[in-house]
Amino acid sequence: MTETPANSKTLETDSATSATSAAPAAKLHWLVRKGTIKVLWVLGLSFLAVLVYLDGSLTPHPHFGIDGTFGFHAWYGLLTCIAMVLVAKLLGKFIGRKDTYYDD
Amino acid sequence: MTISSLPPGLILVFGALLLPVAGSLIRPLLVLALPLLTIWQVWHMPDGSSAALVIMGHDIIAVRVDALSRLFAIIFSLMAFAGGLFALNQKRTLELVAAFTYAGSAVGVAFAGDLITLFVFWEIMALGSTIVLLSADTPQASKAAMRYFVVHMFGGALMLTGIFLFVFDTGGVAFSAMKPDTAATALILAGVLVNAAAPPFSSWLGDAYPEASWSGTVFLSAFTTKAAVYVLIRGFPGTEILIFVGVFMIFYGITMALLENDMRRILAYSIVNQVGFMVTGIGIGTEMALNGAAAHAFAHIIYKALLLMSAGSVLYMTGKRKCTDLGGLFQSMPLTTLCGTIGALAISAFPWTSGFVSKSMINQAAANEHLALLWFCLMAASAGVFLHAGIKFPWFVFFQKDSGLRPKDPPWNMRLAMILFSAFCIGIGVWPEYLYALLPYAVDYEPYTDAHVLNAMQLLLFAGLAFFIMLPMMKRTLTISLDTDWFYRRLAPAIINRLATVIGNADQAIRQRFMGALNGVVNYVWQHHGPEGSMARTWTTGNMVLLVTIFLCVYLVFSFI
Repeated sequence: MTETPANSKTLETDSATSATSAAPAAKLHWLVRKGTIKVLWVLGLSFLAVLVYLDGSLTPHPHFGIDGTFGFHAWYGLLTCIAMVLVAKLLGKFIGRKDTYYDD
Repeated sequence: MTISSLPPGLILVFGALLLPVAGSLIRPLLVLALPLLTIWQVWHMPDGSSAALVIMGHDIIAVRVDALSRLFAIIFSLMAFAGGLFALNQKRTLELVAAFTYAGSAVGVAFAGDLITLFVFWEIMALGSTIVLLSADTPQASKAAMRYFVVHMFGGALMLTGIFLFVFDTGGVAFSAMKPDTAATALILAGVLVNAAAPPFSSWLGDAYPEASWSGTVFLSAFTTKAAVYVLIRGFPGTEILIFVGVFMIFYGITMALLENDMRRILAYSIVNQVGFMVTGIGIGTEMALNGAAAHAFAHIIYKALLLMSAGSVLYMTGKRKCTDLGGLFQSMPLTTLCGTIGALAISAFPWTSGFVSKSMINQAAANEHLALLWFCLMAASAGVFLHAGIKFPWFVFFQKDSGLRPKDPPWNMRLAMILFSAFCIGIGVWPEYLYALLPYAVDYEPYTDAHVLNAMQLLLFAGLAFFIMLPMMKRTLTISLDTDWFYRRLAPAIINRLATVIGNADQAIRQRFMGALNGVVNYVWQHHGPEGSMARTWTTGNMVLLVTIFLCVYLVFSFI
């Protein structure tokens, strides 16, 4: 696509901003600082643990047996997603082409 | 014919024709007023149907109103409104004219009570959407539009042939539930499935939609596949093969989206994925499953348009479309990031968003019917949606590495359209009863039980964990994935080129031989009849007299015999 940016003036001034943003670590947005990311990982994993823990407080109503086991939705979601990424990567080896493949 | 027997979609179709002639002050008003007028008319139409015309002895029921048709007509009109608002600063008026014609004919499909009306609006949709694509005015879009048009004409031809056979078989044109057990109904189903992006024609969607303009893709995402879903709900509920078709579409969409680098192509593949959920629900065919499919179509149009609006805003402000060129935009486009994230949560069916209250009905229907394998597939797929669209899209576009780009949020109309649809995504999720009241069957389902919410949170957030664990493998590369469109983009042209060479060579050889033979004849004639030829030589008078005498003698002899 060769569509031009709608607001090239904004982009010019923006590129000046980006030059400054790339430099010192102190200028990094708080959300992408290493410390914040670490805190987000800790909070995220704790939340996941709480979610699994809460499973014990529910009376299971399984439809098919295995879905009533402890933390089913957690491990099932994790494992199937890892499997899907692996399958997609494998498939990508066969059907992946450079993105200029159809350009002629 | 009364005003109520006129299809409400015509307000958009004919209103669109006014857009090019309206001045720059009136045009925005028309763009906003026409869809609102359509919604108003749809809302006030009483249930029932009336024959407006009789063509070749068949009743043409252009308007058949019931809950299902009203639901789809409302969402199509609402989409035209939000899409129009988003596209107010689109300079190519042709795109808006085509988009409104396209939207109006989708409303026409929703109200079609007979197969002839259905087919007419179906084909106007194909034409309108092709022009939306062409309006992007790039060489890639023009080529993609032609491929799109050919595929849809093929689907239309299947449907038309089916309709002809149907009329021949049954003597009627009424559009109601049917079974694909005759050639006629099977062909109609095949034609509809082409538009639904079912295999082996799923590739047209990923090929075409991302080539439209920043606003064009928003319109394109809404109508064609969802009109097909509507026709499937109305025409083929409970058709078992649709379960298999739907599950294929679900996993096809996830896999292709996981491999994709173009942000709008990721979302295009996820349309196939989401339509797969609807098609599966239609295949299950119970009231809950059909309600789920209809509700999911309604919710999907909104969050998918929202996602494509946020992607369109990024494209509009940066001119870039590849994940490898993007990232870190949350710093300068906070509103677009927020709205894109709301859309991503809604498509992932996160609790308190629209996708949760609609998709869970399809999953529940599979459980209620004890379809164990299907249910496990749907659960895995639900996690996969969060993986390929819920996190991947916002992560690679708005977060991940800092691309250094610092575009601002887009103009006010684009921001407003995103805010409107974000509000709908959350509003439907928090107060699902209003959507449930519009569904074709009475709803006996409570989405917000402790177990439902906890299970969904576990499934989705652990899918999120899988995303970050597998992030090194998800790194974007400058690649595309081959699809079935390869057959008509590469194989068929290669075969045709090869055939052209073979035929060309054969043609040359045959012509050379023919010319050689012709030259031989000409030389022979030249030899005997040319200036030096024996037949062209000048004869003496004596020889001529002798020859005439011989002829006369022969004549004399013959006259006595």
